[in-house]
Amino acid sequence: MATGYVVRENRYYDSVFLMQVAKRISNETGVDEAAALMGTLNNKQLLADIGFEDPSIRAATPSDLVIAIRAADQDTVERILVNVERWLARPEMVAGRRAVRTLDQALESQPQTNLVVISVPGTYAPRETRQALERGRNVFLFSSNVSVEDELRLKQLAHERGLILMGPDCGTAIIGGRGIGFANVVRSGPIGAIGAAGTGLQEFTSLVHQLGSGVSHAIGTGGRDLSDSVGGLTTLDALSQFEADPSTKVIALVSKPPGPATLAQLREILSRASKPVVACFLGLESNVDVQIGSLHLARTIDEAAEIATRLATGADPKVSSLGPTNAEHRLEAERVKLGREQKFVRGVFAGGTLCYQAQQVMRDLGLAVSSNAPLAGMAALDDPNDSRGHTLVDMGDDLFTRSRPHPMIDATLRNERILKEASDPEASVLLLDFVLGYNASSDPVGDMLGAINEAKSIAEDDGRHLSVVASICGTDDDPQDRKSQIELLESAGILVFPSNAQAAQLAGLLVSGLTA
Amino acid sequence: MSDPVVSGLKQLLSEGPVAVNLGLREFAESLQIQDVEVVHVEWSPPAEGDEKVGELLDRLI
Amino acid sequence: MAEDIKKAIETANSEAVARIIAADPVLVDVAPASEAIAGLEDRMVLHAGPPVGWEQMSGAQKGATIGAILFEGWAKDREEAVALVERGSIRFEPNHHHAAVGPMAGTITASMWVFVVENREFGNRACCRQVEGRQQFGEYSPEALADLFKWRDVWAPSIRAGLQQLGGLELKPIITRALQMGDELHNRPVAASSLFANRMAVPMIQAGVPQDSLIATLRYLTGHELFFLGLSMAAAKASVDPARGIEHSTVVTAMARNGTEFGIQVSGLGGEWFTAPAPEIVGLYLPGYRQGDAGRDIGDSAITETVGWGGFVLGGAPSILSFVGGSPEEALSYSEEMREITVTTSPDYLIPALGYQGTGVGIDIRKVVRTNILPIIDTAMAHKDPGHPIIGAGLVRAPMECFKKALVRFGEMVKEPQT
Repeated sequence: MATGYVVRENRYYDSVFLMQVAKRISNETGVDEAAALMGTLNNKQLLADIGFEDPSIRAATPSDLVIAIRAADQDTVERILVNVERWLARPEMVAGRRAVRTLDQALESQPQTNLVVISVPGTYAPRETRQALERGRNVFLFSSNVSVEDELRLKQLAHERGLILMGPDCGTAIIGGRGIGFANVVRSGPIGAIGAAGTGLQEFTSLVHQLGSGVSHAIGTGGRDLSDSVGGLTTLDALSQFEADPSTKVIALVSKPPGPATLAQLREILSRASKPVVACFLGLESNVDVQIGSLHLARTIDEAAEIATRLATGADPKVSSLGPTNAEHRLEAERVKLGREQKFVRGVFAGGTLCYQAQQVMRDLGLAVSSNAPLAGMAALDDPNDSRGHTLVDMGDDLFTRSRPHPMIDATLRNERILKEASDPEASVLLLDFVLGYNASSDPVGDMLGAINEAKSIAEDDGRHLSVVASICGTDDDPQDRKSQIELLESAGILVFPSNAQAAQLAGLLVSGLTA
Repeated sequence: MSDPVVSGLKQLLSEGPVAVNLGLREFAESLQIQDVEVVHVEWSPPAEGDEKVGELLDRLI
Repeated sequence: MAEDIKKAIETANSEAVARIIAADPVLVDVAPASEAIAGLEDRMVLHAGPPVGWEQMSGAQKGATIGAILFEGWAKDREEAVALVERGSIRFEPNHHHAAVGPMAGTITASMWVFVVENREFGNRACCRQVEGRQQFGEYSPEALADLFKWRDVWAPSIRAGLQQLGGLELKPIITRALQMGDELHNRPVAASSLFANRMAVPMIQAGVPQDSLIATLRYLTGHELFFLGLSMAAAKASVDPARGIEHSTVVTAMARNGTEFGIQVSGLGGEWFTAPAPEIVGLYLPGYRQGDAGRDIGDSAITETVGWGGFVLGGAPSILSFVGGSPEEALSYSEEMREITVTTSPDYLIPALGYQGTGVGIDIRKVVRTNILPIIDTAMAHKDPGHPIIGAGLVRAPMECFKKALVRFGEMVKEPQT
């Protein structure tokens, strides 16, 4: 052990600062003990008590700084004390803003806030939402498990205050070209979209982009908004806003069918609409007449995008340009590979609305489909983990997301399900969706390719061919590089379509024996 | 108890979002990437998640 | 009906903070505790924090108790002192039950001279003992007790004489100025201590204090950076006591620790203590001490945070931030955090480094529980064993459990109101 001392005359330092100096020195390798104190009588006694005694210390006055160290050897002592000034220089302050902990703190630091994005657990969501609305801010509410009573009360509060509450269970919005939540990079344009479910809005806006048009804003309303319990409060406010918004020329609405009372209200408003409105009410029976003034009714999201684009550009809305080339050819080429025992389509979906739309497509082809989130008139699965007959599973359902992140982010559960389906000799076609955009996985196809290939192997080992049909929801501007995602799928022998409706159509045709 | 409305739906659409994020950090990050001003709140459940106390709190504040 | 209780709470809280803000603390006397403190009986040791018995006391608290017993001459050595306690001859009561506060172990006994501060706005008084670095940390050797005798025999009487010459000393002007000079009035009260010494020098001379006592007392005052803590504690206690007992108020009227437990009291909940295990302190150690040596949080000095000083104004006293290697931004964010859990801010006590914002006044237990933001306290550290002086200083947070317990009791009370 060696000791060393330095006395700096007439140098005053704050005692707390000196404690920090001592700590930093004692952290150096080889240093056993360090002290940095002003030369007061008490401090000199304290130093003596811990074995630091020296004439230089004894001579120090209260306005002198004493630095004393005890170290493993003399070299260390000299190394530490050779340039004492560096220990006394104020250390680089770590610029770190401690986290903001409450909404009020956040609003105080950013008073021009106009939107509060809430994704806290459902139990707490109503309280936080109410606070945001009372603070005069719009809300994007991603959280689910909010009661319908709370939803109604909160939407009434929002409406009274001229604010919008997007949600609950709202996954997507695009405001002024900025995506909120799970959203795609979509060109700005004249179409104003209102959507009652995340992937429905994602699909619609992506298709609009693919068709060459763009979106002014896309407002999510949450899945229950158009039910009669809520009365479409968010939808109606969004509609009147789009009516007044100069950058919106065409309005599009994608949702499940509204409740009858809400439909009546919608009818009333749309009959006075000055702008063309396109509506896609997924799940509607094909023979139901919902003609309302100049409202254009679309049967699929694809059709809604096509009609909206044509209306926006002024061209005839009947011609479709999203159709896949050589669909007939692909259908026949795939069909010949399937065995007679293989009868059923198995859909494993990340997007809830996409699963729903796919069921409608299948129903219109005359197929009876089961699901854990069934279309009106379709059967509910007894056990969501167990496919029976034609089955389309929404893996984003609460049941699955309780234990894992949403399938748009984490493919684990979908991969497991795919392998399970592959082991069923009656499975014929696997129908999958891949969703791109902000907050989705950075490589949705890559995440599942291993499992898909393994699924095909399982079938092959058993003497079967497993068809895999997929759609990609997204645009070429999305972070995930849509083109290479498509290539990845195609090189694995998967039939890829630019829309969910088309993919579902092909899968349905494969198992129904019908022609394209 | 209610503060004046800072910005209704109309202003939100015309001026674009200026956000506060409560919950998943990823939502704040995806907004930041798009050059949206966003303050992320390190949110934690009131009463450290104690539901009974949480309900009591709702009655009192 | 639900809105009624919220309104009642808001009204009660406004009343509570109005009273705290209106406080006008004046140092009116320095006197033996037996004179100044009502209910202080023979063989009674007042201590910091909520009630605690000998068996549960921390090492520092036990050491300080032994020191106090030896100081009073109730026993002649450690063994006798312990025997006295163990056969039940010594009574222990919290300072707070006697309108008093004490730093660290906070032991106050009959012969200890205490500061007497009167809140001129309401007429109530509060007392605090002097601050020193040895006995109240648990040391009881003759050297450790030497200063207690000097305080009793020389320094306190000299200050008393000067005070009587002055006719009392208003503390609000000193506190206001000191806060603007970078003090936080808990672990960094050096500016206030200097201002006090300035005010007292001439009056002590005019009062005819003998020269050797004068010199000794001035030496003591000018060399004792932490001196004013005793006065800020008494001033804080005197300021907040009129806010006790306001029906439906959720404002905290005391935060105090005894080395074993941390306790709070709430305006609308009377004298009940809501306690939790005292937390560990994160901080810096003096030479010779290290991690693992420290006892748990101890002292009535959290009364300063209770009125919005100390940890609540860390932003104005960045030197204290060294405790956790923090930056000025962090200091500021602590202060902003504390404003989230207080009812309002002081119009008088302003902090330049925080843009002349006022100190937060009135900790609201509802806000603490709702935001999970716990009051932050900067504090000295005592050893976990008896027989040591001050070993360091650091930061600590009041435990959530205290606030939850208080809120639950408040909920019970509003369901079945007292008739």
